[in-house]
Amino acid sequence: MYGWIFRHLPGPLWLRILTSLVLAAAAVVLMVQFLFPWLSQFTQFTDSTIGSVTQP
Amino acid sequence: MLLQEKETRVAVPPPRAGVLRTAVQIMGELLITAGVILLLFVAWQLWWTNVESDAKQSEAIKNFVQELGPLAPPSAAPSNPADYGPPVVSEPPSHGGTIGIMYVPRFGADYTRPIAQGTSTDVLDTLGLGHYKNTSMPGAVGNFAVAGHRQTHGAVLDNIHTLVPGDKIYVQTKDGYYVYVFRNNQVVLPTSTDVLLPVPAQPAATPTESFLTMTSCNPRFGAQERIIAYSVLERWQPASAGPPAEIARQVAKARGEG
Repeated sequence: MYGWIFRHLPGPLWLRILTSLVLAAAAVVLMVQFLFPWLSQFTQFTDSTIGSVTQP
Repeated sequence: MLLQEKETRVAVPPPRAGVLRTAVQIMGELLITAGVILLLFVAWQLWWTNVESDAKQSEAIKNFVQELGPLAPPSAAPSNPADYGPPVVSEPPSHGGTIGIMYVPRFGADYTRPIAQGTSTDVLDTLGLGHYKNTSMPGAVGNFAVAGHRQTHGAVLDNIHTLVPGDKIYVQTKDGYYVYVFRNNQVVLPTSTDVLLPVPAQPAATPTESFLTMTSCNPRFGAQERIIAYSVLERWQPASAGPPAEIARQVAKARGEG
């Protein structure tokens, strides 16, 4: 999969390495900005309130 | 001849073996990706949320002290505190507004965290300590209750279990400084809302004292229970009297003067 993507990236080797690093960084930024905050509402280990169901 | 044949085989693999190999390869890469994402999630939760929240909380403190205006000089030594009468009780701000700053020397000499109005995730995940809206304000007879994260999002109450009876907890509002003394802690179930009562855990009692109740998750890295720290108001002094001498350095530092 990643090999296939790497082979289909345009340009010389150094550009393809650079592009894949940028793509990986972009994926991490997207996850930190959107996926992880959304995911954290399903994890239990951050709830510190009492009776959080009835609290505003 | 031989070399040429080999190259051909690499470029165009036999279809049947190739499909299976490709499927296994993609599956393996997806599993590795899932593992890396899970590790990233743990790193985000336990480390990056703290970095983000620390920045937001420092900003909240900066904005709050700017609104307070100039600081009165520190008051005399705590051995002989003056009596300023019954504490002034502020009106609660709107949701997310800053009530004040909490100083807890036991949590570190520079422990300075903002207290914001509300206990919903948008407050607790960014602004630090959240005030339970249906409880009293600092200094009022009754219970001033706040919640804070233990591990993530600034880890504002990470060391709540290290409090020793007699430890001072200072709350600075726009009206003055409220000095609470830590009494005891308790581990309860997340449903035990009676810790937020005007007299904690005593539904029928009429309050005569001002309590400070802090709630956080327990055990560390878990949330099956809640750890509660109870403190009681010892004294207060108005903003015009200056900060108590014990926290004068921290108050000055919060103002960017330290």
